[in-house]
Amino acid sequence: MPGHFTKKEKKKPEIPTASMPDIIFILLCFFMVTTVMRDTSIMVRLKLPQAEALTKIDQKRLISYVYVGPEKLDGNKIGETGIQIDDALVDEVTNVRTIMYAKLVEQPKLIVSLRVDEISEMGIVLDVQQELREAGTLRINYSTKRFVVL
Amino acid sequence: MEFKKRKRTLPEIPTASMADIAFLLLIFFLVTTTIDVDTGIGMVLPPRLDENIEPPPIKERNLLKILVNEQGQVLLEDLPSSVTLIRETVKKHVMNNGVDLMYSESPNRALVSIKTARQTPYSAYVDVLDEVWMAYFEVWDIEARAIGYPDYESYVATLSDDGEDTNAIREKYKAQISIAEPDAEAPAS
Repeated sequence: MPGHFTKKEKKKPEIPTASMPDIIFILLCFFMVTTVMRDTSIMVRLKLPQAEALTKIDQKRLISYVYVGPEKLDGNKIGETGIQIDDALVDEVTNVRTIMYAKLVEQPKLIVSLRVDEISEMGIVLDVQQELREAGTLRINYSTKRFVVL
Repeated sequence: MEFKKRKRTLPEIPTASMADIAFLLLIFFLVTTTIDVDTGIGMVLPPRLDENIEPPPIKERNLLKILVNEQGQVLLEDLPSSVTLIRETVKKHVMNNGVDLMYSESPNRALVSIKTARQTPYSAYVDVLDEVWMAYFEVWDIEARAIGYPDYESYVATLSDDGEDTNAIREKYKAQISIAEPDAEAPAS
Protein backbone atom coordinates (compact mmCIF):
# COMPACT_ATOMS: atom_id res chain seq x y z
CA MET A 1 0.00 0.00 0.00
CA PRO A 2 2.23 2.81 -1.15
CA GLY A 3 -0.48 5.44 -0.71
CA HIS A 4 -0.60 4.84 2.99
CA PHE A 5 2.83 6.23 3.56
CA THR A 6 2.62 9.27 1.33
CA LYS A 7 2.53 12.56 3.11
CA LYS A 8 -0.78 14.33 3.00
CA GLU A 9 -1.07 17.82 1.71
CA LYS A 10 0.47 20.37 4.03
CA LYS A 11 -1.95 22.26 6.23
CA LYS A 12 -1.76 25.93 7.12
CA PRO A 13 1.24 26.87 9.27
CA GLU A 14 0.33 26.65 12.92
CA ILE A 15 1.45 28.87 15.77
CA PRO A 16 3.99 26.92 17.78
CA THR A 17 2.50 25.87 21.09
CA ALA A 18 5.73 24.60 22.60
CA SER A 19 6.27 27.78 24.62
CA MET A 20 2.72 27.81 25.99
CA PRO A 21 3.58 25.70 29.04
CA ASP A 22 6.41 28.07 29.89
CA ILE A 23 4.12 31.07 29.75
CA ILE A 24 1.59 29.34 31.95
CA PHE A 25 4.28 28.20 34.35
CA ILE A 26 5.39 31.79 34.70
CA LEU A 27 1.79 32.78 35.43
CA LEU A 28 1.56 29.97 37.96
CA CYS A 29 4.73 31.11 39.69
CA PHE A 30 3.52 34.69 39.67
CA PHE A 31 0.28 33.76 41.43
CA MET A 32 2.04 31.58 43.94
CA VAL A 33 4.53 34.29 44.83
CA THR A 34 1.98 37.10 45.11
CA THR A 35 -0.32 35.12 47.40
CA VAL A 36 2.53 34.53 49.83
CA MET A 37 3.62 38.14 49.78
CA ARG A 38 0.23 39.50 50.74
CA ASP A 39 0.19 37.65 54.06
CA THR A 40 0.79 39.73 57.13
CA SER A 41 3.47 38.47 59.42
CA ILE A 42 1.90 37.15 62.56
CA MET A 43 3.77 37.78 65.73
CA VAL A 44 1.83 35.40 67.91
CA ARG A 45 1.72 31.64 67.74
CA LEU A 46 -1.51 30.40 66.23
CA LYS A 47 -2.57 26.85 66.58
CA LEU A 48 -6.26 27.09 65.87
CA PRO A 49 -8.67 24.73 67.57
CA GLN A 50 -10.68 22.26 65.55
CA ALA A 51 -14.44 22.28 65.18
CA GLU A 52 -17.20 20.62 63.21
CA ALA A 53 -19.90 23.26 63.01
CA LEU A 54 -18.16 25.51 60.54
CA THR A 55 -19.42 28.33 58.42
CA LYS A 56 -17.47 29.87 55.62
CA ILE A 57 -17.07 33.58 55.20
CA ASP A 58 -17.05 34.34 51.53
CA GLN A 59 -16.81 38.11 51.73
CA LYS A 60 -13.17 38.37 52.54
CA ARG A 61 -13.10 42.15 52.37
CA LEU A 62 -15.48 42.39 55.33
CA ILE A 63 -13.16 40.49 57.61
CA SER A 64 -10.78 42.06 60.03
CA TYR A 65 -8.52 39.79 62.01
CA VAL A 66 -7.64 39.86 65.66
CA TYR A 67 -4.89 37.47 66.61
CA VAL A 68 -4.55 36.25 70.17
CA GLY A 69 -1.86 33.86 71.25
CA PRO A 70 1.48 33.51 72.98
CA GLU A 71 4.03 35.84 71.45
CA LYS A 72 6.70 34.26 69.31
CA LEU A 73 10.17 34.79 70.68
CA ASP A 74 13.60 33.98 69.29
CA GLY A 75 14.58 30.38 69.12
CA ASN A 76 11.13 28.82 68.90
CA LYS A 77 10.17 29.99 72.35
CA ILE A 78 6.85 31.48 73.23
CA GLY A 79 6.18 34.23 75.71
CA GLU A 80 3.25 36.03 77.23
CA THR A 81 -0.11 36.10 75.55
CA GLY A 82 -0.39 38.98 73.13
CA ILE A 83 -3.05 40.53 70.93
CA GLN A 84 -2.25 41.53 67.38
CA ILE A 85 -4.35 43.56 64.98
CA ASP A 86 -3.05 44.08 61.44
CA ASP A 87 0.72 44.32 61.70
CA ALA A 88 1.25 45.43 65.25
CA LEU A 89 0.83 44.03 68.71
CA VAL A 90 -1.67 45.81 70.91
CA ASP A 91 -0.27 46.66 74.33
CA GLU A 92 -3.49 47.38 76.16
CA VAL A 93 -6.73 45.50 75.68
CA THR A 94 -8.60 48.80 75.81
CA ASN A 95 -6.83 49.90 72.60
CA VAL A 96 -8.78 47.22 70.75
CA ARG A 97 -11.88 49.36 71.14
CA THR A 98 -10.49 52.43 69.35
CA ILE A 99 -8.87 50.41 66.56
CA MET A 100 -11.97 48.36 65.89
CA TYR A 101 -14.25 51.37 66.09
CA ALA A 102 -12.20 53.11 63.39
CA LYS A 103 -12.49 50.00 61.24
CA LEU A 104 -16.23 49.81 61.80
CA VAL A 105 -16.69 53.38 60.61
CA GLU A 106 -14.87 52.44 57.41
CA GLN A 107 -16.75 49.20 56.89
CA PRO A 108 -20.13 49.08 58.66
CA LYS A 109 -20.62 45.40 57.85
CA LEU A 110 -17.38 44.43 59.52
CA ILE A 111 -16.88 40.86 60.67
CA VAL A 112 -14.18 40.36 63.25
CA SER A 113 -12.44 37.07 62.95
CA LEU A 114 -10.88 36.00 66.21
CA ARG A 115 -7.89 33.85 65.51
CA VAL A 116 -7.07 32.55 68.92
CA ASP A 117 -4.46 29.99 69.84
CA GLU A 118 -5.97 26.95 71.50
CA ILE A 119 -3.93 27.25 74.67
CA SER A 120 -5.02 30.83 75.34
CA GLU A 121 -7.17 31.39 78.37
CA MET A 122 -10.77 32.52 78.09
CA GLY A 123 -10.07 35.59 80.22
CA ILE A 124 -8.28 37.46 77.47
CA VAL A 125 -10.78 36.32 74.83
CA LEU A 126 -13.64 37.62 76.94
CA ASP A 127 -11.78 40.89 77.49
CA VAL A 128 -11.37 41.32 73.74
CA GLN A 129 -15.03 40.47 73.21
CA GLN A 130 -16.02 43.04 75.80
CA GLU A 131 -14.00 45.65 73.92
CA LEU A 132 -15.63 44.63 70.66
CA ARG A 133 -19.03 45.09 72.23
CA GLU A 134 -18.02 48.54 73.36
CA ALA A 135 -16.78 49.36 69.87
CA GLY A 136 -20.00 48.06 68.37
CA THR A 137 -18.41 45.37 66.17
CA LEU A 138 -20.82 42.63 67.09
CA ARG A 139 -20.37 40.15 64.28
CA ILE A 140 -17.55 37.89 65.25
CA ASN A 141 -16.19 34.61 64.08
CA TYR A 142 -14.07 32.15 66.03
CA SER A 143 -11.60 30.96 63.49
CA THR A 144 -11.30 27.20 63.64
CA LYS A 145 -9.89 24.43 61.55
CA ARG A 146 -12.01 21.64 60.16
CA PHE A 147 -12.16 18.73 62.54
CA VAL A 148 -9.95 15.91 61.30
CA VAL A 149 -10.30 12.42 62.66
CA LEU A 150 -6.83 11.03 63.15
CA MET B 1 7.52 8.86 -4.73
CA GLU B 2 8.64 12.30 -3.84
CA PHE B 3 6.34 12.64 -0.86
CA LYS B 4 7.30 9.42 0.72
CA LYS B 5 7.98 9.83 4.34
CA ARG B 6 11.56 9.50 5.46
CA LYS B 7 12.43 7.01 8.07
CA ARG B 8 11.99 8.48 11.51
CA THR B 9 15.07 8.88 13.58
CA LEU B 10 13.65 9.33 17.09
CA PRO B 11 10.01 9.42 18.13
CA GLU B 12 9.38 12.73 19.86
CA ILE B 13 7.22 13.16 22.89
CA PRO B 14 4.30 15.37 21.95
CA THR B 15 4.53 18.66 23.77
CA ALA B 16 1.13 19.97 22.78
CA SER B 17 -0.47 18.59 25.92
CA MET B 18 2.09 20.26 28.16
CA ALA B 19 0.10 23.45 28.01
CA ASP B 20 -2.99 21.64 29.21
CA ILE B 21 -1.11 20.03 32.05
CA ALA B 22 0.26 23.39 33.14
CA PHE B 23 -3.19 24.91 32.83
CA LEU B 24 -4.61 22.21 35.07
CA LEU B 25 -1.89 22.91 37.64
CA LEU B 26 -2.62 26.61 37.47
CA ILE B 27 -6.32 26.07 37.95
CA PHE B 28 -5.65 23.64 40.76
CA PHE B 29 -3.57 26.20 42.65
CA LEU B 30 -6.03 28.98 41.96
CA VAL B 31 -8.93 26.92 43.28
CA THR B 32 -7.17 25.60 46.34
CA THR B 33 -6.01 29.03 47.42
CA THR B 34 -9.50 30.51 47.21
CA ILE B 35 -11.22 27.50 48.82
CA ASP B 36 -9.12 28.00 51.91
CA VAL B 37 -11.26 30.91 53.08
CA ASP B 38 -11.66 31.66 56.69
CA THR B 39 -13.77 29.03 58.34
CA GLY B 40 -15.02 29.32 61.82
CA ILE B 41 -17.90 29.52 64.21
CA GLY B 42 -19.89 32.68 63.64
CA MET B 43 -21.44 34.50 66.55
CA VAL B 44 -23.15 37.80 67.14
CA LEU B 45 -22.26 39.54 70.36
CA PRO B 46 -24.99 41.22 72.35
CA PRO B 47 -24.93 45.00 72.07
CA ARG B 48 -23.48 47.03 74.88
CA LEU B 49 -25.68 46.94 77.91
CA ASP B 50 -27.52 50.03 78.88
CA GLU B 51 -27.16 50.62 82.59
CA ASN B 52 -30.71 51.94 82.90
CA ILE B 53 -32.48 49.07 81.20
CA GLU B 54 -32.98 45.90 83.12
CA PRO B 55 -32.33 42.74 81.12
CA PRO B 56 -35.58 40.93 80.40
CA PRO B 57 -36.38 38.16 82.85
CA ILE B 58 -35.77 34.65 81.60
CA LYS B 59 -37.56 31.64 82.94
CA GLU B 60 -35.30 29.09 84.48
CA ARG B 61 -36.63 26.28 82.31
CA ASN B 62 -35.86 28.15 79.09
CA LEU B 63 -32.23 28.52 79.99
CA LEU B 64 -29.80 25.68 79.51
CA LYS B 65 -26.73 26.42 81.53
CA ILE B 66 -23.38 25.04 80.53
CA LEU B 67 -20.41 25.74 82.74
CA VAL B 68 -16.85 24.97 81.70
CA ASN B 69 -14.21 25.06 84.40
CA GLU B 70 -10.44 25.56 84.34
CA GLN B 71 -9.77 21.91 83.58
CA GLY B 72 -12.25 21.84 80.72
CA GLN B 73 -14.79 19.86 82.73
CA VAL B 74 -18.43 20.49 81.96
CA LEU B 75 -21.31 21.19 84.27
CA LEU B 76 -24.63 20.84 82.47
CA GLU B 77 -27.57 22.31 84.40
CA ASP B 78 -25.47 22.06 87.56
CA LEU B 79 -24.74 18.39 87.03
CA PRO B 80 -21.31 17.06 86.10
CA SER B 81 -21.43 15.95 82.52
CA SER B 82 -19.22 15.54 79.48
CA VAL B 83 -18.76 17.40 76.21
CA THR B 84 -20.24 14.54 74.21
CA LEU B 85 -23.55 14.76 76.07
CA ILE B 86 -24.09 18.43 75.25
CA ARG B 87 -25.39 17.87 71.74
CA GLU B 88 -28.26 15.59 72.71
CA THR B 89 -29.21 17.77 75.65
CA VAL B 90 -29.30 20.93 73.56
CA LYS B 91 -31.40 19.18 70.91
CA LYS B 92 -33.82 18.00 73.57
CA HIS B 93 -33.89 21.47 75.05
CA VAL B 94 -34.61 23.25 71.76
CA MET B 95 -37.15 20.79 70.38
CA ASN B 96 -38.93 20.28 73.65
CA ASN B 97 -41.94 22.51 72.84
CA GLY B 98 -43.04 22.55 76.44
CA VAL B 99 -43.28 18.79 76.91
CA ASP B 100 -40.62 18.25 79.55
CA LEU B 101 -40.74 20.67 82.46
CA MET B 102 -36.95 20.64 82.66
CA TYR B 103 -36.49 22.03 79.15
CA SER B 104 -37.68 24.96 77.09
CA GLU B 105 -41.26 26.06 76.47
CA SER B 106 -40.78 26.71 72.76
CA PRO B 107 -37.84 26.81 70.32
CA ASN B 108 -37.79 30.60 70.10
CA ARG B 109 -37.59 30.91 73.86
CA ALA B 110 -34.86 28.34 74.27
CA LEU B 111 -31.59 29.85 75.38
CA VAL B 112 -28.23 28.24 75.82
CA SER B 113 -25.80 29.91 78.14
CA ILE B 114 -22.12 29.07 78.14
CA LYS B 115 -20.12 30.23 81.08
CA THR B 116 -16.43 29.77 81.51
CA ALA B 117 -13.85 30.64 84.08
CA ARG B 118 -11.12 33.10 83.16
CA GLN B 119 -8.56 30.31 83.17
CA THR B 120 -10.56 27.95 80.96
CA PRO B 121 -8.52 27.01 77.91
CA TYR B 122 -9.93 28.42 74.69
CA SER B 123 -9.95 24.98 73.08
CA ALA B 124 -12.31 23.66 75.76
CA TYR B 125 -14.67 26.56 75.14
CA VAL B 126 -14.60 26.00 71.38
CA ASP B 127 -15.33 22.30 71.86
CA VAL B 128 -18.41 23.15 73.90
CA LEU B 129 -19.55 25.88 71.52
CA ASP B 130 -19.04 23.53 68.60
CA GLU B 131 -21.27 20.90 70.18
CA VAL B 132 -24.00 23.47 70.79
CA TRP B 133 -23.84 24.64 67.18
CA MET B 134 -23.83 21.06 65.93
CA ALA B 135 -26.99 20.48 67.94
CA TYR B 136 -28.62 23.42 66.15
CA PHE B 137 -27.40 22.16 62.78
CA GLU B 138 -28.99 18.80 63.53
CA VAL B 139 -32.22 20.46 64.59
CA TRP B 140 -32.24 22.42 61.31
CA ASP B 141 -31.59 19.19 59.43
CA ILE B 142 -34.56 17.52 61.09
CA GLU B 143 -36.77 20.51 60.31
CA ALA B 144 -35.62 20.61 56.68
CA ARG B 145 -36.51 16.93 56.29
CA ALA B 146 -39.88 17.56 57.85
CA ILE B 147 -40.76 20.11 55.19
CA GLY B 148 -39.60 17.92 52.35
CA TYR B 149 -35.94 18.67 51.67
CA PRO B 150 -33.28 15.97 51.75
CA ASP B 151 -31.24 18.01 54.24
CA TYR B 152 -30.66 21.51 55.56
CA GLU B 153 -27.90 22.24 53.03
CA SER B 154 -30.23 21.73 50.11
CA TYR B 155 -32.80 23.97 51.75
CA VAL B 156 -30.22 26.74 52.07
CA ALA B 157 -29.28 26.21 48.41
CA THR B 158 -32.84 27.13 47.39
CA LEU B 159 -32.52 30.55 49.02
CA SER B 160 -31.15 33.39 46.97
CA ASP B 161 -27.56 34.39 47.53
CA ASP B 162 -28.13 38.05 48.25
CA GLY B 163 -29.76 37.24 51.57
CA GLU B 164 -33.17 38.61 50.61
CA ASP B 165 -35.01 35.37 51.27
CA THR B 166 -35.37 34.76 54.93
CA ASN B 167 -34.14 31.45 56.14
CA ALA B 168 -37.36 30.20 57.71
CA ILE B 169 -35.77 27.22 59.42
CA ARG B 170 -33.15 29.36 61.08
CA GLU B 171 -35.82 31.81 62.14
CA LYS B 172 -37.98 29.10 63.65
CA TYR B 173 -35.15 27.46 65.53
CA LYS B 174 -33.05 30.49 66.19
CA ALA B 175 -29.72 29.72 67.75
CA GLN B 176 -29.69 31.78 70.90
CA ILE B 177 -26.38 31.26 72.60
CA SER B 178 -25.20 33.60 75.26
CA ILE B 179 -21.66 33.81 76.50
CA ALA B 180 -21.81 34.62 80.15
CA GLU B 181 -19.19 36.62 81.96
CA PRO B 182 -17.20 34.60 84.46
CA ASP B 183 -17.95 35.12 88.11
CA ALA B 184 -15.90 37.75 89.85
CA GLU B 185 -12.67 36.13 90.82
CA ALA B 186 -12.03 35.34 94.42
CA PRO B 187 -9.37 37.65 95.84
CA ALA B 188 -5.98 36.10 95.64
CA SER B 189 -4.96 34.81 99.02
